[in-house]
Amino acid sequence: MKVLVPIKRVIDANVKVRVKADKSGVELTNVKMAMNPFCEIGVEEAVRMKEAGTASEIVVVSAGGAQSQETIRTALAMGADRGIVIQSDVALEPLGVAKLLKAVVEKESAELVILGKQAIDGDNNQTGQMLAALLGWAQGTFVSKIAIEDGVLKATREVDGGLETVALKMPCVLTVDLRLNQPRYASLPNIMKAKKKQIDTLSPEDLGVDVTPRLTVVQVVEPASRKAGVKVASVAELVDKLKNEAKVI
Amino acid sequence: MSVLIVAEHDNAGLKPATLNTVTAAGQVGGDIVLLIAGTDCAAAAAAAAKVAGVAKVLVADAPEYATMLAENLAPLIVKLAPDYSHILAPATTFGKNLLPRAAALLDVQQISDISGIVDADTFVRPIYAGNAEATVKSGDAIKVVTIRATAFDPAPEDGGSAATETVEGTGDSGLSTFVGQELTKSERPELTTAGIVISGGRGMQSGENFAMLERIADKLGAAVGASRAAVDAGFVPNDYQVGQTGKVVAPELYIAIGISGAIQHLAGMKDSKVIVAINKDEEAPIFQVADYGLVADLFQAVPELEKELG
Ligand SMILES: Cc1cc2nc3c(=O)[nH]c(=O)nc-3n(C[C@H](O)[C@H](O)[C@H](O)COP(=O)(O)OP(=O)(O)OC[C@H]3O[C@@H](n4cnc5c(N)ncnc54)[C@H](O)[C@@H]3O)c2cc1C
Ligand SMILES: Nc1ncnc2c1ncn2[C@@H]1O[C@H](COP(=O)(O)O)[C@@H](O)[C@H]1O
Repeated sequence: MKVLVPIKRVIDANVKVRVKADKSGVELTNVKMAMNPFCEIGVEEAVRMKEAGTASEIVVVSAGGAQSQETIRTALAMGADRGIVIQSDVALEPLGVAKLLKAVVEKESAELVILGKQAIDGDNNQTGQMLAALLGWAQGTFVSKIAIEDGVLKATREVDGGLETVALKMPCVLTVDLRLNQPRYASLPNIMKAKKKQIDTLSPEDLGVDVTPRLTVVQVVEPASRKAGVKVASVAELVDKLKNEAKVI
Repeated sequence: MSVLIVAEHDNAGLKPATLNTVTAAGQVGGDIVLLIAGTDCAAAAAAAAKVAGVAKVLVADAPEYATMLAENLAPLIVKLAPDYSHILAPATTFGKNLLPRAAALLDVQQISDISGIVDADTFVRPIYAGNAEATVKSGDAIKVVTIRATAFDPAPEDGGSAATETVEGTGDSGLSTFVGQELTKSERPELTTAGIVISGGRGMQSGENFAMLERIADKLGAAVGASRAAVDAGFVPNDYQVGQTGKVVAPELYIAIGISGAIQHLAGMKDSKVIVAINKDEEAPIFQVADYGLVADLFQAVPELEKELG
């Protein structure tokens, strides 16, 4: 089974994000970038499937600027076999990305696609569902457990009320949640090996996809901040303030 | 203009976030139509017809909608879409799973988890875990939008008398089936709608210790939540998680116990009216958003709090 893992390069989760003074977006220059944490979980799962003999080849694909190469190298060092960069200077939206990924899935004849449930930059939580729709495939979203048996994939999903399990006809699309696995760190030998692995570069035009944005960003601003509170000295004082000052209990 | 809301319900009644979505639809303007797709969902449809502001209820009562599979529901939304300028759903796991699938089939770029409406084409949404707020304008013919429930008041459950109309089902996709569920049972209020939430973090040290928070929750009529670290450690189930990738809450009172206050956690609770933090580390970032902070060992402070509350 060939597995495709779409990965996104985003601002590192530990970086304090700053809004640009001209309100056009967030500051990206000289900011530490990393693989979206949910995508790391997707790569890890695919590598485990390969180690278990379920997956035959893992292709990672990232759409964005030329530096997406670096993110792909990280995934190759974790154990993916091959990479594809879809280079685009246009800001990509989930629908455009889903269309690009559909073209790659068809080109590669992939049988399983594992995406993150959400990219922590735009917090959209859309791409996997959109890709499944465009392919006409089943979708397992927010997945925390996977089992494949007789051409059916059982996915346990994290939902608002608890957990839910669905059986998906394969091929299918999965989006993974935080508790599916704990991604590995790449070892030094594997980082060296990854340098020799193949990365192809494509453009949206090569794939015949129009990625013209549908949304216009009017402005990006800092959210209203909370006003600083007070420290209380004791539990008794806390309860008194909640009762008599804030009047919330 | 006319707005179709894909209602979240359990066949017997509406889920609370549907009511907040109705309020958001009211801000868009135009007629508000609620879609109830389910199996034996007459009770939910009746509840929908009573919601103030709703003009019409569409009922698709068919076996293929029993377990709310996106593969079955998305074609129904696509079939109904041409009559509407907007399609809305709550940004719950139900709406997040379903609406992008419908949007892609309609060739529309969805706008996720909005917290504000500027005009019928322009919406405000938090990005980067709430570190920034983007205002975006859609150029698509139909706007497909999910609604952050905490940013809109719930519409009154009574006062409406909408007409009900039946729509045909679209059949089973044959792509997926529902196997089962493990729902967290609780007598306490639902996390996302509770007036008071008390959450525990890694500092709680174990699942057993959450009993301390549960006793306080019962005194206050509160819901219990948690940080990701507490969920990852297995102290409490996944549906307790508050944050960027869990639930968003905005109660009157949020009490954070043994939670450091990482930006991803703040993303899910910083719109609470009053925030209390109990943490032994006076440098913990949670104190930067807390209205009332108590620097103390939680294993002393929490039992004391229980006593003080009588
Ligand atoms: C992609 C991504 C998504 C994420 N999504 C979320 C999310 O949705 N929600 C979320 O919460 N996190 C999320 N996180 C994780 C987040 O970054 C933090 O790691 C997490 O919130 C930390 O949880 P915590 O505060 O319980 O643990 P810690 O940061 O370990 O803090 C524990 C706190 O308890 C205090 N403490 C310990 N013992 C005591 C005691 N005896 N008495 C009093 N205080 C005590 C300590 O001083 C400390 O401040 C996400 C991270 C990533 C990368
Ligand atoms: N530009 C991109 N390139 C590759 N994969 C992407 C890209 N954008 C989103 N994805 C995938 O889609 C998931 C969800 O992203 P989003 O819908 O933007 O929240 C991510 O975790 C990735 O797996």
